Amino acid sequence: MLLFNSFLFCGFICMISQLILDNSKLTPGHITSILVVFGAFLDSFSIYDKIIEVVGGGALVPITSFGHSLIHGALAKTNQYGIVGILMGMFDLTATGITAAIIFSFVFALIFRPRN
Amino acid sequence: MKNSKYEKIADKYQAKETRGSNALIAFFVGGLIGMLGEGIIELLCYYTHISRNEASTFMIIILIFIASLSTALGFFDKLVTKFKCGILIPITGFAHSMTSAALDYKKEGFIYGLGSNIFKLAGSVILYGVVSAWFFGMIRYLIGGGA
Repeated sequence: MLLFNSFLFCGFICMISQLILDNSKLTPGHITSILVVFGAFLDSFSIYDKIIEVVGGGALVPITSFGHSLIHGALAKTNQYGIVGILMGMFDLTATGITAAIIFSFVFALIFRPRN
Repeated sequence: MKNSKYEKIADKYQAKETRGSNALIAFFVGGLIGMLGEGIIELLCYYTHISRNEASTFMIIILIFIASLSTALGFFDKLVTKFKCGILIPITGFAHSMTSAALDYKKEGFIYGLGSNIFKLAGSVILYGVVSAWFFGMIRYLIGGGA
C-alpha cells in the first residue's frame, strides 16, 4: 500500500510542477526553489510528517522533503538549545544528501569528461 | 524565403508536444521514482534489519549515486529532455544539477571553475531552503514553542 501511495504522491508533485513549467515562464530552477520553500512551509505545521506517515518513502524522494528535513532538524535542536538550535540543527538531516551529492559529483567530475 | 512560408515549414517539422501528455509522462516517471525510493527502503529493512530512518538515508544516497553516475556517463540529459519534471523534481535532479555543473566547469580550472560553479544550480535550492526553513522555524518556535 505504501508503494502505491508513494507512486501517487511523487507522481502528483512531478505532474504539478510539469504543469507549472509548461504554462508559465518559470524555469526548473524556479520550480525546485518554490517546492523547497513549500516543503518547509508544510513542515512548520507538522503537515509533512503526517504525509510521510501515510505515503512512506515516496514523500522523501521529491525535493520538497529537502525543505522538510531542513526545518525538521532545526526544530528538533530547539528542544535542547532554545532559539539558537534553529541555526545549529539546520543541516542535521540534510547533511547526508548534500555531502553525498558533493562527494559523488566531485569524484565523477575527476574521472569522467563532459560528453557534449 | 518569405516569413509566412518559413513558418509553415517550421510548423510542419516542429515536434508535437501536448501539455497533457507532458504532464502524464511526468506523473508516471516521477511516480516510478517515488516507488523506487519506497521499494529500496523496504528491501533494505527486510534484508539488513536496520531501522526505517537509516534505510531512508541509504535510499537517498543510492538515488544520488545513480543520478550522479548516469549524469557523468552522459545519458541523464537525454532522459531529462524526454521526461522533464518527472526526473528533475525528485532528489535525482539535485544530484544531476551538481554533477553537470562540475563536469561543465572543470575545464576552467579546479578553483575558479569547478569549485566556484559546482553550486551554480543547486545553490538556489539550498539558499531558499535555508532562508525559508529559518523563517518558518522562527515563527513555529515563537508561536508553538519548538517541535
